[in-house]
Amino acid sequence: MSKQNSLLGWIDARFPLTKMWNEHLAQYYAPKNFNFWYYFGSLALLVLIMQIVTGIFLTMQYKPDGDLAFGSVEYIMRDVDWGWLIRYLHSTGASFFFIVVYLHMFRGMMYGSYQKPRELVWLFGMFIFLALMAEAFMGYLLPWGQMSYWGAQVIISLFGAIPWVGDDITLFIRGDYVISDATLNRFFALHVIAVPIILLALVVMHIIALHEVGSNNPDGIDIKKLKDENGIPLDGIPFHPYYSVKDIVGVAGFLIVFSSVVFFFPEMKGYFLEYANFVPANPFKTPEHIAPVWYFTPFYAILRAVPDKLFGVIAMFAAIVMLFLLPWFDRGKVRSIRYRSTAFKLLLAMFVISFIGLGYLGALPPTEGRTLASRVFTLGYFGYFIALWFISKNENTKPVPERVTS
Amino acid sequence: MKKSVWIVAGLLLPVLGWAAGGGAIYPNDDIDIDWDDKASMQRGAALFVNYCMGCHSAEYMRYNRMGQDLGISDELLRENLIFTTNQYGEQTKVGEQMKITMNKEYAETAFGTAPPDLTLIARSRGTHWLYNYLRGFYVDETRPFGVNNSVFPNVGMPHVLLDLEGLKKAVTETHKDAEGNEKEVIVGFEKIGEGSMSEAEYDQAVKDLVSFLDYVGEPIKQKRKNIGVGVLIFLFIFLILAIMLKKEYWKDVH
Repeated sequence: MSKQNSLLGWIDARFPLTKMWNEHLAQYYAPKNFNFWYYFGSLALLVLIMQIVTGIFLTMQYKPDGDLAFGSVEYIMRDVDWGWLIRYLHSTGASFFFIVVYLHMFRGMMYGSYQKPRELVWLFGMFIFLALMAEAFMGYLLPWGQMSYWGAQVIISLFGAIPWVGDDITLFIRGDYVISDATLNRFFALHVIAVPIILLALVVMHIIALHEVGSNNPDGIDIKKLKDENGIPLDGIPFHPYYSVKDIVGVAGFLIVFSSVVFFFPEMKGYFLEYANFVPANPFKTPEHIAPVWYFTPFYAILRAVPDKLFGVIAMFAAIVMLFLLPWFDRGKVRSIRYRSTAFKLLLAMFVISFIGLGYLGALPPTEGRTLASRVFTLGYFGYFIALWFISKNENTKPVPERVTS
Repeated sequence: MKKSVWIVAGLLLPVLGWAAGGGAIYPNDDIDIDWDDKASMQRGAALFVNYCMGCHSAEYMRYNRMGQDLGISDELLRENLIFTTNQYGEQTKVGEQMKITMNKEYAETAFGTAPPDLTLIARSRGTHWLYNYLRGFYVDETRPFGVNNSVFPNVGMPHVLLDLEGLKKAVTETHKDAEGNEKEVIVGFEKIGEGSMSEAEYDQAVKDLVSFLDYVGEPIKQKRKNIGVGVLIFLFIFLILAIMLKKEYWKDVH
């Protein structure tokens, strides 16, 4: 026995290292027909790790204090060696986390990855999305700029719409009657400790659940149905080395796009770093136009589309709840869009356009026409789930092949 | 799938037409900042310390960082660009930040609102806005300092660069807005007093100043882009190698 093997043997007798390696990588059989859309899972993991690492370094210089926070960010940008890079990686990473996650979710909707038996994979994923929104929202307060302050003000005040207990809840969240140093400190604690721990735990559960049932694929076929004499799926290939090597291609492509933004457009025309956030938070001066960061704008547009504040808040939360319930709205037996009806394709297209339209409108100050447009798109958003429930029962689908197509 | 996307897009996208809107400012001239023109930024720095720093600080910027980036020696900084002192009357050191001695309470009494720190003004307002704002002052006897601004109406700031530009008066036209209300709109300026500079010289001076503010807003900007080019070249090579590696491994997958 070689030295390496004896060391591995020693560990394996005490910890299931080889077993885990095999279960999740070397003998985890993934369908061989993954396409472009299947890069975004591993990319989300990459961005998560990058956010944690850059976040650790930012924490070393950042000061969670109402009087010092804004200046400490500028200190990082100017006086800390490579601080500007760490900060831009983190701020751009936040936006890219959402880009990657939205595309990852869209992949799931397109190929029916939420359908039986992957409902829990989807639910864990939705909880990740929820935790990510909380993480991003609290992180955005930390630079303590005008948009940090007033954006948080608007979002926290939404909880005030809850009957009877609303004001108490907002008070509880802020720890003060206005957003203040107390709010900044608790958001910092939640942003750097509490939510990241939850996020990591959820990611582990998401992956364990996925590896329990196996990955879906662009054909939506169950590859475990057809196995060879060794019990290996005929259309499956070991995740490692095939997909670990393929995902490196995805990582390289992603980093090219990501670096282009970090090094050439870190503000992204005010969408990733809002211009008003270069002005320190001022509780006495409300900005002319308060817009949340782009990744929240679809939901913000739904909120504004509803005339009543309480119902607006309900509609906004309902928009997220609908996504949670997607596995049960879809009563179809065929997973992939490739073999589903034209009605499904039209509905999904309507959903995507409504979501993007809402995102666009949510970033703009409201006018009569824009509010009307937001209402149309809000109907498009919710209409997707309702209509899906009806059309998926007896859907006119195409025959699904036995084996995956390339 | 593609066809259906186009159909739905065709039906839904006109909805965005309702979202149009927006107004224009006067003046509305574009500015193109050349980060290689260090001489322009140096002139801008001189204007900034002479004309702006009576009231405005750039408190996140250090004098010697500016010196290093714009090619100004510590000697020259001390002789020409540092006019502030500490409480003992000693000149501010080159390693210190560009702070001012005017306190907020006094500033608020004098101007109604404290003049903002300008370190990040080019990032919050944008260079286009600044370039036009500094060229938008005109005579208005109703204002405390006798001038108003076409880009930032009723601004509390006096026309600090008056002796350079000279006095202008606004030429207005009556326009009707969307609701049919009549509104006086500034469409041009007319020179009524001479400054020490011609119009072209003044525009250049403002450009120098705005270039400097753009630099102060993000001193690393130019270096960041240079590094970015190297990073992208590396990543493209990495991508090619990654694709080759993937192809090699995937040879036996059919």
